[in-house]
Amino acid sequence: MRVACPLCGDRDSREFTPVGGAELVARPAPEAGAEAWDDYLHNRVNACGPSQELWYHGAGCASWLVVERDTASHEVLGVTLAREVAR
Amino acid sequence: MRYNALKILKEGLIGNRGWRPAWRTPDPRPEYDVVIIGGGGHGLSTAYYLAKEHGLTNVAVLEKGRLGLGNVGRNTTIVRANYFLPGNSEFYSMSLKLWEGLSADLNYNVMHSQRGLINLFHSDGQRDAFARRGNAMINQGDDAVLLDREGVREMLPYLDFEQGRFPIFGGLYHPRGGSARHDAVAWGYARGADSRGVDLVQNCEVTGIDVEGGRVTGVQTTRGAIRAKKVAIVTAGRSGQVAALAGLRLPIESHVLQAFVTEGLKPVIDHVISFGMGHFYISQSDKGGLVFGGDLDFYPSYAQRGNLPMVEHVMEAGMTLMPMIGKAKVLRSWGGIMDMTPDGSPIIDKAPIDGLYLDCGWCYGGFKAVPGSGFALAHLIAQDRPHADAAGFRLDRFRTGVGLMDEEGTGAQHNLH
Ligand SMILES: Cc1cc2nc3c(=O)[nH]c(=O)nc-3n(C[C@H](O)[C@H](O)[C@H](O)COP(=O)(O)OP(=O)(O)OC[C@H]3O[C@@H](n4cnc5c(N)ncnc54)[C@H](O)[C@@H]3O)c2cc1C
Ligand SMILES: [Zn+2]
Repeated sequence: MRVACPLCGDRDSREFTPVGGAELVARPAPEAGAEAWDDYLHNRVNACGPSQELWYHGAGCASWLVVERDTASHEVLGVTLAREVAR
Repeated sequence: MRYNALKILKEGLIGNRGWRPAWRTPDPRPEYDVVIIGGGGHGLSTAYYLAKEHGLTNVAVLEKGRLGLGNVGRNTTIVRANYFLPGNSEFYSMSLKLWEGLSADLNYNVMHSQRGLINLFHSDGQRDAFARRGNAMINQGDDAVLLDREGVREMLPYLDFEQGRFPIFGGLYHPRGGSARHDAVAWGYARGADSRGVDLVQNCEVTGIDVEGGRVTGVQTTRGAIRAKKVAIVTAGRSGQVAALAGLRLPIESHVLQAFVTEGLKPVIDHVISFGMGHFYISQSDKGGLVFGGDLDFYPSYAQRGNLPMVEHVMEAGMTLMPMIGKAKVLRSWGGIMDMTPDGSPIIDKAPIDGLYLDCGWCYGGFKAVPGSGFALAHLIAQDRPHADAAGFRLDRFRTGVGLMDEEGTGAQHNLH
């Protein structure tokens, strides 16, 4: 797998750490309640097929990225800076 | 048809014309007391114990493909009871005891081989951790022996003991650990369930779960609608997708785990060995292939195949531990879909919908659990209360934080196990 970081270009997937579904970008408010936090921390969409994921480019520019990737084929479909997605 | 040595002899004399298929291939009936989704090891063993232990035979196992072609036929077959934490310890201990009587119980040779498992350690700190684990195993009533370097050398003379970076300090030896024949386990349970009246329905994918007024009433499948009083989701790596059919979101992420096998060789590795400083474990199959694996690729996947970085890591770790392996040629590699939970331990519990049961989250360790999981889930379905040895496998432990079972001690968080 190769991942095209918007800042660094096309790189070996070993430079990155996949952290989980991109729903992690939408952090609940601190007082959103136990259920919302349980859902955020533990439960996952876990889709088979095109998915939005949060990746960290630790061995590159240290950006958080939203990687769109097909979990059935491993094809990387698109990469965006997470801060742009969170906006 | 009971199998025995005399029967084999007789069939040999008459050209093997008397053998019959080991199970029927029935069409699904419109209604069952219990429908089990997933014909892997856990689904089949659940059906077997429902019939055998609880007299429930109006049961169907619905499998979207053919029986036993999921993880149960793709794993590296290590069977052990060397867990550390309450909740896991008693469960895997119970499962290993079922393994020990399984071939006789099923009248089917599952080739359970207790050749001994050795977890190597490479530092004083790791020795302490393994000593503590060994004591937990002994307290549970299982077996563990702490070997020093010379003890390991006697059993495994071919390891690189003087390796400069990761010298071998010793190993935790679990004599009752070993392996079994994966397909035979699925086939043996399938035959046992079928002969007790369970319908094993193949090529039958569940595409919907019917819920009325908070209660499950049946399933929709590619072979029509089937009504059921109780439904169990036992679909390993696909658990998240199947649970979504009932509107549930599970604490599960599906990942790929790879495995490798070499060409067949003369007997050389008599035990199951795991390296303590890199992701590598190995055993030799009865056909002679060296079967080995490592860790997850660590990105979500349903592909049933992995990527090269983990291949490279596993090969490097193997070469570090036993340089002789460099002479063997890798024949095949493959992957399976792992249902990973945040704490790396499984779930056997009622779902928040009446009549719906969950058996999932087996991560990379669910083969050894096939007998115990089926035994415990059958108990839960039949009696609507958890089996004592599996009572810790609760769905709500992540929300409450009570009873988390994080064997690796890395934190109950996705992506750490
Ligand atoms: C490479 C590898 C190595 C492993 N090594 C070990 C090991 O050494 N020791 C160990 O203890 N464990 C090991 N495991 C883990 C173990 O194999 C699994 O935890 C266990 O097999 C999972 O349970 P199962 O057998 O029921 O799963 P499966 O065999 O995957 O069964 C699930 C079944 O559900 C079916 N299904 C899915 N969706 C649907 C649907 N919608 N409708 C109908 N049916 C459906 C699937 O087709 C499948 O047959 C390993 C796994 C892998 C991949
Ligand atoms: Zn970058």
